[in-house]
Amino acid sequence: MSWFSEFARSSLGKKFFMAVSGLFLISFLIVHLAGNLLLFQGPAEFNEYSRFMSNSPLIRFMEILLAIGFLAHIVYAYILAYKNRQSRPHRYAVKNNSPASFASRTMPFTGSFVLIYLIVHINSFTVKHRFLERENTDFYRTVVEAFQYGWGGFYWLFYVIAMAILAIHLNHGFQSAFQTLGFHHNKYTPLIKKLGSLIALAIPAGFASIPIYFYFFAPKI
Amino acid sequence: MKVHLKIWRQKNQQEKGHFETYTVDEVNEHMSFLELLDVLNERLIKEGKDPVAFSHDCREGICGSCGMVINGRPHGPDSLIATCQLHMRQFRDGDTIVVEPFRAKAFPVLKDLVVDRSALDRILQAGGYITVNTGSAPEANSIPIPKKIAEEAFSAATCIGCGACVAACKNSSAMLFVAAKVSHLALLPQGQAERTERVKKMVKAMDKEGFGACSNTGACEAECPKGISLRHIARMNREYLRATFIAE
Ligand code: HEM
Ligand code: SF4
Ligand code: FES
Repeated sequence: MSWFSEFARSSLGKKFFMAVSGLFLISFLIVHLAGNLLLFQGPAEFNEYSRFMSNSPLIRFMEILLAIGFLAHIVYAYILAYKNRQSRPHRYAVKNNSPASFASRTMPFTGSFVLIYLIVHINSFTVKHRFLERENTDFYRTVVEAFQYGWGGFYWLFYVIAMAILAIHLNHGFQSAFQTLGFHHNKYTPLIKKLGSLIALAIPAGFASIPIYFYFFAPKI
Repeated sequence: MKVHLKIWRQKNQQEKGHFETYTVDEVNEHMSFLELLDVLNERLIKEGKDPVAFSHDCREGICGSCGMVINGRPHGPDSLIATCQLHMRQFRDGDTIVVEPFRAKAFPVLKDLVVDRSALDRILQAGGYITVNTGSAPEANSIPIPKKIAEEAFSAATCIGCGACVAACKNSSAMLFVAAKVSHLALLPQGQAERTERVKKMVKAMDKEGFGACSNTGACEAECPKGISLRHIARMNREYLRATFIAE
């Protein structure tokens, strides 16, 4: 296995793991969004879905994979970001970033904010649902209450801001992952970039539509 | 025209260094940036002061030695040129121009604007070559190479090893330089024998020198005097995956 540890320790190997885990996390976001949109269907449908999520062994297994995916992505992100910073001890007096996009330069910051969001999110929903309130069968109500009254009425706003920042992260992340995995060709790279922007817009917008709807448009619970 | 030059002065590797400002009157817009520094240095020598040290050799954009950061951009504000090909018509009368050395942990400043880029040489020594018999040149047409492949290899081979990619990158990553070498030789039949070992050795040497990793920002490609494409970095990534998981 020395060949594998050489790969995992190299800068290219670390980027490979970031790219693979990043794309896996994107696939999770799509599935997760599809489930959450059941909130628009009504309490019965959403509660049924939520019961399935807390009881299915398949979901337990996927959760472990997901945790590994997040852990790998986050650990490698901070190792790389630290090394990248170390590689220029003396900064320039004049900085000119013009050719590099804002999203590409701020990945460690947008990623860190997504991490904070993740902790808040897991704490307010997952932990409650799985451990604290196992008998609660009206999880629909828990979610809607959080968006309508949570944090003195500002919980929904935190979600919307987090999704805007996730959009920035994904806008660079999607296309960057393909480059890291070696896919770059005049034939399809422009398409990957467009698809990346579309995904970066559609996924966070889909998630953000939920708190926005319940705060502004749905009847108060 | 007249310009003010704010130049990084540093006596040696140990000294901390600082900026010093000089005003040069009588600047001709047809002068190259290095000629401007020549004019300044002649004056400093006459005044009995230490001239500004900078590297240069060919002064025609092919040796890659004249790197410096001018107003925040490696090789200055124009694109697809080295500092020696930058002309003063890019600036305006009365401009203040900030001149700094390339900044990277792997490129220690030796004096003023001169940095030690031998880290790049060590990466090349690790694998950026092919092993052939020396002697008379072989017949050029005995190995057929399709035109598209030859062109792609050549577009990588034009790298002059200047280090602007490292200087431009927020991570001081040398990926574009290393990718240019890996890509060039991986594409050509002559490079096949050492193809697998080359990419592994060069990436290992690159990591050892303390360069950062790639964030795919594209700053390198934009500042490269030879316009080396990010395509080559993707090819290096493929080569590395191939060498690790597929090749014998
Ligand atoms: C739902 C959550 C997330 C998704 C879908 C996601 C997705 C991605 C993708 C696809 C990439 C591109 C990989 C590449 O450059 O090859 C990436 C890069 C990156 N991610 Fe994430 N990410 C997420 C969360 C995070 C978190 C929580 C952090 C930080 C703790 C983070 C930090 C980073 C950093 C720093 C990079 C850039 C790596 C570099 O510049 O070399 N990400 N992300
Ligand atoms: S890739 Fe471009 S910027 Fe980098 S060393 Fe080669 S010529 Fe210079
Ligand atoms: S002096 Fe040779 S490239 Fe500028």
